[in-house]
Amino acid sequence: MPLARRAAVADNMAAEESGMRQHHDMGGLPAGPVARQEHDYALWEKRVDALMVLLAERQLLRVDQLRRNIEALAPDAYDKMSYYERWIAAITLTLLQRGVLTSDELGRAMAEIEAREARQ
Amino acid sequence: MSSDVHTHDPAHDHRHGHAHPPHEAAPERLGYYQVMEIAVRELLIAKNIFTAEDVRRAVEAMDARTPAQGARVVARAWTDPAFKARLLADGTAAVRELGYDMGAFRLLVVENTATLHNLIVCTLCSCYPRALLGLPPDWYKSRAYRSRAVREPRAVLQEFGTVLGDDVELRVHDSTADMRYLVLPERPAGTEGWSEERLAALVGRDCMIGVTRCRV
Amino acid sequence: MSAVEPRFAPGARVRVRRADPPGHIRTPWYIRGQTGEIERLCGAFPNPEELAYNRPGLPAQPLYRVRFRQRELWPDYAGPAADTIEVEIYQHWLEPAR
Repeated sequence: MPLARRAAVADNMAAEESGMRQHHDMGGLPAGPVARQEHDYALWEKRVDALMVLLAERQLLRVDQLRRNIEALAPDAYDKMSYYERWIAAITLTLLQRGVLTSDELGRAMAEIEAREARQ
Repeated sequence: MSSDVHTHDPAHDHRHGHAHPPHEAAPERLGYYQVMEIAVRELLIAKNIFTAEDVRRAVEAMDARTPAQGARVVARAWTDPAFKARLLADGTAAVRELGYDMGAFRLLVVENTATLHNLIVCTLCSCYPRALLGLPPDWYKSRAYRSRAVREPRAVLQEFGTVLGDDVELRVHDSTADMRYLVLPERPAGTEGWSEERLAALVGRDCMIGVTRCRV
Repeated sequence: MSAVEPRFAPGARVRVRRADPPGHIRTPWYIRGQTGEIERLCGAFPNPEELAYNRPGLPAQPLYRVRFRQRELWPDYAGPAADTIEVEIYQHWLEPAR
C-alpha cells in the first residue's frame, strides 16, 4: 500500500481508538455472522410505522428528527431495544420536543392503559 | 393502586376467590413501549391529528407492499429494453409508470452484469426501498449486516450462498441520504421467451437487495 | 429553494473532511479522511444535520455519490482491487483531493 494511503488508514485507526465514533455509526466494525431468521411484524409494530408515516405526512415530525432521537439513545438502550421500540421512543420524544404532546398527558394515558389491561 | 392489579398466576388463583377461565392462554402483558404506542395513538386521535381509520388504512397500505412489486419492475426491465433504459436513467419516473410512488425519495436502479454485482446497505440506520419491497427483513437492520456489508461484503455474500469470481467487481452502495436503491439482477439463462409474470416469480426480495442472484 | 452552487464535477477526486462533530451526521465514520471520485451529482437537498433539529436546513447542499476503492479503505480487504463502495456525501463534507 502506498505510504500516503498507509498514513490515512493509520490515521483512521488512531481516531478509532480515541472512541469518537457514534454508537449507531457502525459501518466497518467487526461483527459476527448475519442472523438470517426473520419475524413477522406484530400489529403494534406496524402501527408504530403507520404513526411515523401519518405524522410525517402532516408535517408533525421529520424522519431526520426521529433518526437523531434514536441516535441519542444510550448505547446499551440502543442495543437492547428492538427496532420498533426505538422508533416509538423516538417518535414520542419528537412529539414532546415539538410540543404536540406533553409528558403529563402521556403519563396519565399510559397509566390508564396499564390499568385497563390489568382489569382484563 | 387497584387491588385487582396482580400477576396472573393460574397455579394460585384459588387464593383470590374469583374464577379464571380454565386453561386459557394468558395474554402477554403489554411491554412499556407497546403501552406507549397505544397512548400516543389514542392521544393523537383524541386531538384529531388523525383518525383510527387513517391508522387502519396506513397499516393496510403497508401490508399491500411486498417484494412482488419490485419483482414486477425487474421482469418488465428484462422484457422491455426501452423501459429498462428509462429505469436506469430515472428510476423514480420509470416505476411511476407501473403505479409505484417513491414519495420523497429518489430511486436509483443499479444493474448487475457479468462483471459487476451490486449490494445495498444502510450502515447508519435502515433506509430501504419500502415503496417497492415493503418492510425490510430483520437481518438488513442488524448490527452484523450494517457493520460488515461495507467492510467484508464478499464474506457476507458467502453467508447467503453467493460466491463472486475475482473477475466480478462488487460495488456496495451505502444508502446515507435520500436515494433508495434497487438492484436489477441479471436475468437467469434458460428463460428465453418466458412471460413477464413467469419471470417476476423468479425474482425474490434478496436478489433485489443484492445478497443473492436470481436463479431458475 | 435556495441552494449552494455545486463545486465538483463527475470524475473529480475528492477527500472527505476529517471532522467529528456531535449531532445528527450522515457522513459515516469509516469514510472520513478518505479519498474517492465523484460518480455523480444527485441534486441539492436541505441539510439533514439541521433538519434533525427541526430547522429548514437551507440553503440546500449539493449531494454527491462518491466512489471509493475498498482496498484503499480497509487495510485487510480480502477482495479484488476492482471492488468499490459508493456513498452519498454532502458537499460541505468534501474538499478537493491533493
